[in-house]
Amino acid sequence: MPLDPTIEFILSQTDGRPMYQQLMEHVKTKVTIGDWSQGYRLPSIREMAVAAKVSVITVKRTYQELELEGIIITQHGKGSFISEVDNLSIKLKMTEMDTHLVKATDIGKSIGMSMTKLQKRLIELQNKENSHDKERNND
Amino acid sequence: MTKIIKPRYAIDLKNVNKIFPHFSLTDINLQLEIGNIMGFIGPNGAGKSTTIRILMGLIQQDSGFVKVLNHQLPERQVTAKWDIGYASEDLRLYENATIAWHMDYINSIYPSWDKGYAKILLKRFDLLDNHPIKGLSHGQRVKAALLLILARHPKLLILDEPTTGLDPVARHEILNELMDVLLDCDRSIFYSSHNTQDIEQISDDITFIDKGRIIAAKDKESFIDSWRRIRLTLNNSVKLPQLPGTVEQRVYGHQAIVTTKQYNDNLAKKYKAMGITINEVKNMSLEEIFVSEVQASRLKNRNVKGELK
Repeated sequence: MPLDPTIEFILSQTDGRPMYQQLMEHVKTKVTIGDWSQGYRLPSIREMAVAAKVSVITVKRTYQELELEGIIITQHGKGSFISEVDNLSIKLKMTEMDTHLVKATDIGKSIGMSMTKLQKRLIELQNKENSHDKERNND
Repeated sequence: MTKIIKPRYAIDLKNVNKIFPHFSLTDINLQLEIGNIMGFIGPNGAGKSTTIRILMGLIQQDSGFVKVLNHQLPERQVTAKWDIGYASEDLRLYENATIAWHMDYINSIYPSWDKGYAKILLKRFDLLDNHPIKGLSHGQRVKAALLLILARHPKLLILDEPTTGLDPVARHEILNELMDVLLDCDRSIFYSSHNTQDIEQISDDITFIDKGRIIAAKDKESFIDSWRRIRLTLNNSVKLPQLPGTVEQRVYGHQAIVTTKQYNDNLAKKYKAMGITINEVKNMSLEEIFVSEVQASRLKNRNVKGELK
């Protein structure tokens, strides 16, 4: 059975996240790096199951969740496609960034940091990174 | 829309009982939908092989209803077996004959034998058809036996611990081939093992069996979704409540670990409302879920027996 050679998903049993979340991540990566663009037709559920070596039910779940997040749309009888949303890859990166920021804010709050302090901290970190980069360039 | 009436299940067991002097299967209910893979998991001696022998018509149930590929068993076992591929630990290969001899033999019996696919499988499994069975390793024998089954394109594969005792490479090769079977949505796999790792990735449905009884059966996603291990901090004077779905809870000073089989966002809210801090909510592997189910079921049985005394 000829399958799209760009489908090569290796899922980890020690990742800690359920398989469907890992598979969602893989699909999102395909979108953010531009391999799968708007309107791209995803492999069928069974093809995807075989390619990723996971059960059919796990792929069904993956596609359902991706659809809920608006990343793909499923047309009955035709298959699933990457959504025709402008700048989908940027939106995905923004969502990912937001998740990290929310987590960081929660940690900050738990040790009593105010929003102003958090913002200051972020700028400090950025300055540090920049000066590291400069040093590396000078080497 | 036209309705096509198709049987829904590849395997359908209802209230099956079988009593032996030192072991019995009790009220086995089990349904495998066509096109699905079911992992049948139980500790050693739980009744996995006995169940499979009933499915194959090798032994007869004392009571209950057994249907395999829509054929009533044991009455129609001969018809059912044409479309079943069965592999057990005793592989039934002829020691002095070669793999090629076995392939010819199966070809002469089953019209569905696919010569081309058999050749592909020989290559993928890294086997040579002119080798006699007696010179093969355990892994090679298992692969040879599976080749003989898979190249018949059976509608139902019944595998009794097929990957037990295999090295990781051979196990991987076999799991890959099993996945290929599933490209055809009319084919089903019933796969028994005491190793949850083999089964977790490829199964749609999971059935746990212990001491001759089915203790849990669900689709895999529901299992993984509903079980969580939660790490909590109890603030002063708060007592840890026993919320519905709690399987186990341990308290160490101000810390507690709760294992639940009914996790949802509400549960987290309930704890928070009581002033309990949630530090971490972790997904559980199928193995952890399996061990918890078995322990909970054994504890429950002990308590019931204790009350009877």
